[in-house]
Amino acid sequence: MADQTFPIPGTLDVSPSRGVGLLEWLRSWVITVDHKRLGLLYIVYALVFLLVAGGEAMAIRIQLAIPHNHFLSPELYNEFFTMHGTTMVFLVGMTLIFGFGNYLVPLMIGARDMAFPRLNAFSFWMSAFGGLLLYFSFIGGFGLYGMGAAPDVTWWAYAPLTERAFSPGHNTDYWALALIVMGFGTLGAAINTLATAFCMRCRGMTLLRMPLFVWLMVVASADTLIVITPLTAAQVMLIIDRYLGGHFFDTQAGGSATVWMHFFWIFGHPEVYVLILPAFGIASEVIPVFSRKAIFGYPAMVAASVGIAFVSLSVWAHHMFTIGMTSVSNAFFALSTMMVGIPTGIKIFNWVATMWGGKIRFATPMLFCTAFLFQFLCAGLTGIMLAAAPWDWQLHNSYFVIAHFHYTLTGSFVFCFFAAIYYWYPKIIGRMLSETLGKWHFWLFFIGFHMTFDTMHFVGILGMPRSIYTYEPDRGWGTLNMIISVGGLVQATAVLILVWNIVDSFRNGRLAGNDPWDAWTLEWSTPSPPPPYNFATDPVVYSRRPLWDLKHPEDPDWKYER
Amino acid sequence: MSTISIFTDENWRLPSRGRVAMLSLIVGESAIFTIFVVAYIYYIGRSTYGPTPQILDVPWLNTLCLLSSSISILAAERAIERGRMRAFAAWWGLTMLLGIVFLAGTAIEWKRLIWTDGLSIRTNLFGTTFYSLVGLHATHVVVGLLMLSLVLIFTLLGRVEERHAERIQVLSLYWHFVDAVWVVVFSVVYIIGR
Repeated sequence: MADQTFPIPGTLDVSPSRGVGLLEWLRSWVITVDHKRLGLLYIVYALVFLLVAGGEAMAIRIQLAIPHNHFLSPELYNEFFTMHGTTMVFLVGMTLIFGFGNYLVPLMIGARDMAFPRLNAFSFWMSAFGGLLLYFSFIGGFGLYGMGAAPDVTWWAYAPLTERAFSPGHNTDYWALALIVMGFGTLGAAINTLATAFCMRCRGMTLLRMPLFVWLMVVASADTLIVITPLTAAQVMLIIDRYLGGHFFDTQAGGSATVWMHFFWIFGHPEVYVLILPAFGIASEVIPVFSRKAIFGYPAMVAASVGIAFVSLSVWAHHMFTIGMTSVSNAFFALSTMMVGIPTGIKIFNWVATMWGGKIRFATPMLFCTAFLFQFLCAGLTGIMLAAAPWDWQLHNSYFVIAHFHYTLTGSFVFCFFAAIYYWYPKIIGRMLSETLGKWHFWLFFIGFHMTFDTMHFVGILGMPRSIYTYEPDRGWGTLNMIISVGGLVQATAVLILVWNIVDSFRNGRLAGNDPWDAWTLEWSTPSPPPPYNFATDPVVYSRRPLWDLKHPEDPDWKYER
Repeated sequence: MSTISIFTDENWRLPSRGRVAMLSLIVGESAIFTIFVVAYIYYIGRSTYGPTPQILDVPWLNTLCLLSSSISILAAERAIERGRMRAFAAWWGLTMLLGIVFLAGTAIEWKRLIWTDGLSIRTNLFGTTFYSLVGLHATHVVVGLLMLSLVLIFTLLGRVEERHAERIQVLSLYWHFVDAVWVVVFSVVYIIGR
């Protein structure tokens, strides 16, 4: 069954001609407005920065492996953890979701391109420019310690540390301006995704027949509209303070540092949902295909996603329990945060119910998604612990918090996107990734992940605060930190295996064919890689699994779906 | 087979992508304005020195101009829908004129505040929040005027036709939004906050 392909009649099979000059080829990538090429640019860009930010994380872990270490200077240490956080959230996370979104949303809904191809290119190049601006600060930034200073104010950049008086020079401006520029790129990408999903669907693709990945991209994009913009507004205020002598966060003139916290976390908390929702979308595509069952509770999945997006907007101040809010605020934000557990619980049960009784194939994408289920559950449980305000008073700003959010962002987001790479690489490149290397990648990353982040919970409970340069030997954190750092190296090895797998399979991978996984969504009906215009004739769909209907005309889905 | 027959060509309607995109942009912009308005309200009366909001005069003429420009652009939308291009150009021009009067009024107000009352963006917290909120709105008016003037130029060159009505309406959505935001900014800055 897996080798059989069911192209939609009349699908174009035009491969772009190769053999043109290098400059011509580069130019074609720079001027492209094709959603697949832009999606690929996003993804490659994100993977490059994943390696950069991963390298920064490694340097941080080497520094913290033993007490009183001087592998990095204190200044460079501050720059590295600031850049690690900023890069991972904005240059890796946001670009990965919009990369896969760009590539897959039009294909999945049977469209030929995004709604606004040129806006699409503009959004990508804005994001790309923002990233380069951020990293140029390592060469051109002038900070507290002279030339070549990257931003060093942490990725949440609390005022008044960011004010002129405490952050002289302009490395903080690089941070603010880069994020404003990337914010415009992200806003454009979100608008484009929404317009594409609502206005470009092929005939028969009703909203409740869209693949869940498209739904989750829609929800994440809608959330992005009201999440990224407050950050842009706050950055503009910061720039006004720093350049025009304003007083928004200047406490001596009546400004307030707390206001920055609120504005930042109004962005910052929903932002992690913006990141995790497309990851949910990937799990919702991969798990059914590898369980050989239709997704369990599709309408509940859609409703739960929209619910998460709404609840996520009212939880931000759980980052601020220790600043001395009123007990009413504490109670409100504790309860609203715990409420996130309800829709996410629905989703976890639905994924498990999809696997239940299915004929599960543990290919690499499925391995990553299975680990995601388990790790996301743990992340949710520590999330509920931290949502309880008194617990948070004890553990705020400790490594317990770091462990919690790396469980969501690495253990869930990154695992799902690794699954996405293994799942869609055959479609994007036309060749399979090596399963052997994939299994090595998975198991090494899985073991390294748990060595690092399980142990981080313990050093957190033992009182190790985040963002510290080094620590005394008599604290008893030494052994645990060594385990964490070794786990980090194991993860780095696993990522290098992935990089080698991607590079090697590009030339030597097994040819994939149209539909290597025997999947059900429209992108698998096109050749791999898909031709520039995706579909020669607009497809027509009658159910949530159009390819199932084509493959099983005797038992199509539309007989049962209502 | 009953499910299949539902989806014939005639029944497959999708929303206009221009409208969806512009409404999305408006939602995003509303969030930006919300943050600035919240900052303004939170900081009312917190300046530790310098001029206070009492020095502001209520800009009734400005407000009247901007709000009536929403009506005139509506008339322009109607005109292009019916293919009356001269009426369209006239209403469109009037809309721009009203927008320009609004900007000029703001310029005069700011000149008085800066030179007579000594209030600049760095004077105190009130100056910071006032100029950034009103300035953010004025920036949107400028952007709107730039887009309106593009349309006017193309209209005078005879390039805008009846079939562009939907695009014109999408652009008008933005102008209506800028007007609606002014209602909020006006109420917060000149009525509640004074």
